[in-house]
Amino acid sequence: MKAQNTSLFQGDLVREALAQSFVKLNPRIMFRNPVMFTVWIGTFVMLIVNIWVIAGEKSQGSMVYNLVIFLILLLTLLFANFAEAIAEARGKAQANSLRKTREETPAKWIQAVGEMYVNEVKIVPSSQLRKGHIFLCETGDIIPTDGEIIEGLATIDESAITGESAPVIREAGGDKSSVTGGTKVLSDRIKVKVTTEPGESFLDKMIALVEGASRQKTPNEIALTILLAGFTLVFIIVCITLKPFGDFANTPITIAAFISLFVCLIPTTIGGLLSAIGIAGMDRALRANVITKSGKAVETAGDIDTLLLDKTGTITIGNRKATNFWPTRGVDKSYFIKAAALSSIADETPEGKSIIELADLHSDQLRVENPTFIEFTAETRSSGVNFLDTRIRKGASDAIRKLSEKAGNAFPMDIAEKVRDISSNGGTPLVVAENEVVIGVIELQDIIKPGIQERFERLRKMGVKTVMVTGDNPLTAKFIAEKAGVDDYIAEAKPEDKMNYIKAEQQKGKLVAMMGDGTNDAPALAQADVGVAMNSGTQAAKEAGNMVDLDNDPTKLIEIVEIGKQLLMTRGTLTTFSIANDVAKYFAIVPALFIASIPALQGLNIMRLHTPESAILSAIIFNAVIIPLLIPLALKGVAYKPIGASALLRRNLLIYGLGGVLVPFVGIKAIDLLVSVWF
Amino acid sequence: MNTELFGIVALFVATVALAVPFGKYIAKGYGGEKTLLDPVFGPLEKGFYRLSGIRPSVEMNWKQHLFALLTINMVWFFLGMFVLMNQGWLPLNPDGNPSQSPDLAFNTTISFVVNCNLQHYSGESGMSYLGQLFLMFLQFVTAGTGMAAAAVVIIAIKERTTDKLGNFYDLFVKSCTRILLPVSFAIALILLANGTPMTFNGKDTMYTMQGDTVQISTGPVAAFVPIKHVGTNGGGFFGANSAHPLENPTYATNMTEMFGQMIIPIAMIFALGYYVKRRRLSWMIFGVMTLGFLLLTVPTIITELHGNPKIAQMGVDMSSGAMEGKETRFGTTASAFWSIATTVISTGSINSMHDSFMPVSGLTQMLSMMTNAFYGGAGAGILNFYIFIILAVFISGLMVGRTPEFMGKKIEAREMKIAMIVALLHPLLILAATALGVSMPELTAGTLNNPGFHGFSEMLYEYTSSAANNGSGFEGLGDNTPWWNISCGIVLILSRFIPIIGPVAIAGILASKKHVPESAGTLQTDTGTFGIMVFAVIVIITALSFFPALTLGPIAEYFSMQ
Repeated sequence: MKAQNTSLFQGDLVREALAQSFVKLNPRIMFRNPVMFTVWIGTFVMLIVNIWVIAGEKSQGSMVYNLVIFLILLLTLLFANFAEAIAEARGKAQANSLRKTREETPAKWIQAVGEMYVNEVKIVPSSQLRKGHIFLCETGDIIPTDGEIIEGLATIDESAITGESAPVIREAGGDKSSVTGGTKVLSDRIKVKVTTEPGESFLDKMIALVEGASRQKTPNEIALTILLAGFTLVFIIVCITLKPFGDFANTPITIAAFISLFVCLIPTTIGGLLSAIGIAGMDRALRANVITKSGKAVETAGDIDTLLLDKTGTITIGNRKATNFWPTRGVDKSYFIKAAALSSIADETPEGKSIIELADLHSDQLRVENPTFIEFTAETRSSGVNFLDTRIRKGASDAIRKLSEKAGNAFPMDIAEKVRDISSNGGTPLVVAENEVVIGVIELQDIIKPGIQERFERLRKMGVKTVMVTGDNPLTAKFIAEKAGVDDYIAEAKPEDKMNYIKAEQQKGKLVAMMGDGTNDAPALAQADVGVAMNSGTQAAKEAGNMVDLDNDPTKLIEIVEIGKQLLMTRGTLTTFSIANDVAKYFAIVPALFIASIPALQGLNIMRLHTPESAILSAIIFNAVIIPLLIPLALKGVAYKPIGASALLRRNLLIYGLGGVLVPFVGIKAIDLLVSVWF
Repeated sequence: MNTELFGIVALFVATVALAVPFGKYIAKGYGGEKTLLDPVFGPLEKGFYRLSGIRPSVEMNWKQHLFALLTINMVWFFLGMFVLMNQGWLPLNPDGNPSQSPDLAFNTTISFVVNCNLQHYSGESGMSYLGQLFLMFLQFVTAGTGMAAAAVVIIAIKERTTDKLGNFYDLFVKSCTRILLPVSFAIALILLANGTPMTFNGKDTMYTMQGDTVQISTGPVAAFVPIKHVGTNGGGFFGANSAHPLENPTYATNMTEMFGQMIIPIAMIFALGYYVKRRRLSWMIFGVMTLGFLLLTVPTIITELHGNPKIAQMGVDMSSGAMEGKETRFGTTASAFWSIATTVISTGSINSMHDSFMPVSGLTQMLSMMTNAFYGGAGAGILNFYIFIILAVFISGLMVGRTPEFMGKKIEAREMKIAMIVALLHPLLILAATALGVSMPELTAGTLNNPGFHGFSEMLYEYTSSAANNGSGFEGLGDNTPWWNISCGIVLILSRFIPIIGPVAIAGILASKKHVPESAGTLQTDTGTFGIMVFAVIVIITALSFFPALTLGPIAEYFSMQ
């Protein structure tokens, strides 16, 4: 999956798209796109005109000229169809490589007898599994379909989906219970309950979306289609009324000239590329290993105002690490380090391991006789070890304070001060006591991901507010928030805090995106305007969100926002370009229409095009070839630069607006030089 | 700078300088804040409300606004038909002018109800004083209608979520009493001082130097002419409109009347900024409109000053410009300036004959009405411009990577549909009506004053003027025939009310939407860049739809003269 094709036009995709371009000439398919459908009608009329001319009609110009016009119009349609087809083909190819992983795999179906499941398995093809069925997977099996583990634990290789080679552990209950079809069980054995009907998994939905069959136009696409249809209507009026105007001025205008004028003026460039742009947007998301449930979600991502990010894994690398040992006055530092390390021998948490790591003691030094390890409980909020008559405890400062004060020992002033210092520097203090006497404090610090500040700066320039969600206390949270450059934070966050924050933001009219994996994230994911569930997350989380990130990468949200913005920008800029083109086309065609009967209008022929025929041909040839020339831009998307909305508008207006006015002048003149050899 | 040029520059600067504080006054008025004229008009308005049983404090949603607006307009239409078709026997008819034919009364009433004032009659012989007074009433209330509709849009633009958009009658009455009436009154005093008649005594008799007696039409002209301009109506008391020496006697009255037609449209722009607390937005709109206005005015003045090359070839001195159809007391520059001001602003009053202008000027006059959004009519200008803003916001919003929003409100399919219908209507009405006209030469050919391109321009101009609710004419056309009366009448109704309904509906729908606060990614609509975008949208939509038609009219005429 990670290996992506850099080439936009691969041979086999192009071949498929070419075939599709002809299939899509079917008027029932063309009808979906009002702009191109009018071109279709124009082409059809030209076909009839050609037959008429062959039958001997003299008033419509030469046969060759009419035929060439017809062919160029046909080509315009094919180019537009090709743009859509190639975008679909690319999406399909991407989806197919995912789908390959889940083709007919044998499944070990555990049949239910009444209410009971018998432990007898029947091997069936995966396509026969229905929602609610239970199947068994053992070492070496390919998981046949999406499901949730109901019993057992297994290591699973998900590289087929995520490209990540390190195996992951999935187990029943909790947030890591979901398995994806096509992944492989490396060890152990699990019972899995099927959660989707065949053909309804996210992947299947995604494939259907890019295949276009079930692709619904997004609200913004509909609004844009209305705008384009409006422009098309204006030019229908212009062209129809031109007939009586021409008659009044004793200027006969051929049908070919009318249709050419019309096709040149209506926004065929954007009309032809519009659906390709939409498909390419979802395709780009898929290439980033994000499966979107609808095109609308990608569009909404571009509008996101507020981004909720979990601290751990997104802003900081993994977990907190021990960075310093601070003994209290009168305690030897190496003695304290040893005590701290001893307290953490049995501590399997990343924090505990980092203490051992920092202490850097030989394992011999940590060997004690008959140790009894005291596990962390919510009640004592401390852990440690007992050996001989020594009791070492480490824990949050207030827990240890209570412990020592209960035994009649005062909490040392210098440690109290140190604890405050560490907290205010964004660290977490862990106080260590030996036999209920405080001997020092361990400093734990978060490591902020390198480069994350720049990304937040980029988001800020896009106008996106970032919010860090963390279970840390407010002091620590504030420090990390400032250091990483996020705009706001939710400290000591409970799942409902996320939900409340999202609701409050939405109340203010803002669009919120968040990422989550746990079942308790599901309500917030559903509430958020863009909810990205991690593929490793629970089924509930995946159902609630409108995107699934196959890489389980929390920073992916940032990319998703950019993909959304790119999608909208590509639409906007190509619309501007398409409409700006009309200026030059007018100056090519309008003089050509009237010059024969009103020679004075030669003054309007500012491009000095050769003859009326060559002028009209040049304009519609330009109109046709600009579509394939812009396909790469439509598929790749216009680059988003976070330079502020006004600067961005200025930039795009200059490139696509002014460029859209000037380019066709050059293009049409160049084509005319070529065409004038024949016409 | 020569004095003629200095005159119009000074006038323009003075108008803008006055429009800024006046805009603030208008905004305060609509916002219900205390203003200077409260003690004068407060009791008057209260009495009016008590009589009619209207409660001006009850807020309306956009549908109720439109219902009220359309209802009172319908009442005026029927009243108008009655007065004009029976003025012959009704009182206040000292000159004994006849009642109007049904088709002429239809055209006249419609054109005054829609604030267009296309006149297919001459006031001297076709209108009794009662008729004139009723038309004067319409000039007040229709301008008030447009301004009230614009006020609804302005109220709706304010950044919050609501469907309560003020009371239509409150806004409408305030527009008439607080804005139109005082300005008109002040201008009337200036006109009176300069010799404009104000009498109910009927025709005056004059003895010429040769000893002949001449009957001169007079009437309550000084009362009629100010609102003709202040309300951007343009319907003249006399057939020759403001070229007539009694409607516009001196250079001073000429300047005053020009000021009169420009003040409200420009002040409304600033009222918008004050009301929504976005003054920069006002300056953006003003900038775009002024740019368009200048691009139309400057070539017109230059062309007219150059005079007609064909006449120059015959050895006639052209140093004072193309003076055919212009009044010597105003001169070329002021006439050229007026011709663009009156077409841009949809007043449609004239102080010179547009038919006689050079082809380039004919082109700019028609383009002024085809865009119909550079300043525009009282209230109507804001409404038209609002549609272009919506279209520009849609395209440029996409270009900055967000779904489009204006003043914190998302613009979606429904609003786009309405905006597109309104934007489409203008070219549809003009082009389709002209196409019908040229395809029926048996109805139209005989009414044309000129053959060829200029004849085509006369027809195109007539429908453009109707669709823009402008009311000026390429006065070569013999337009009092059933064909012109009825076809223009239909164009007038559609092009008045749909462009009012559309923007009010869009603004109303947007106002009830959730408000999205601004962020760094939001498109700023009060910047120069966005102004350029709006300008481009206006130019592209209008230029692109009318270019072929204009090519066969003034453009062909221009090149043929070279």
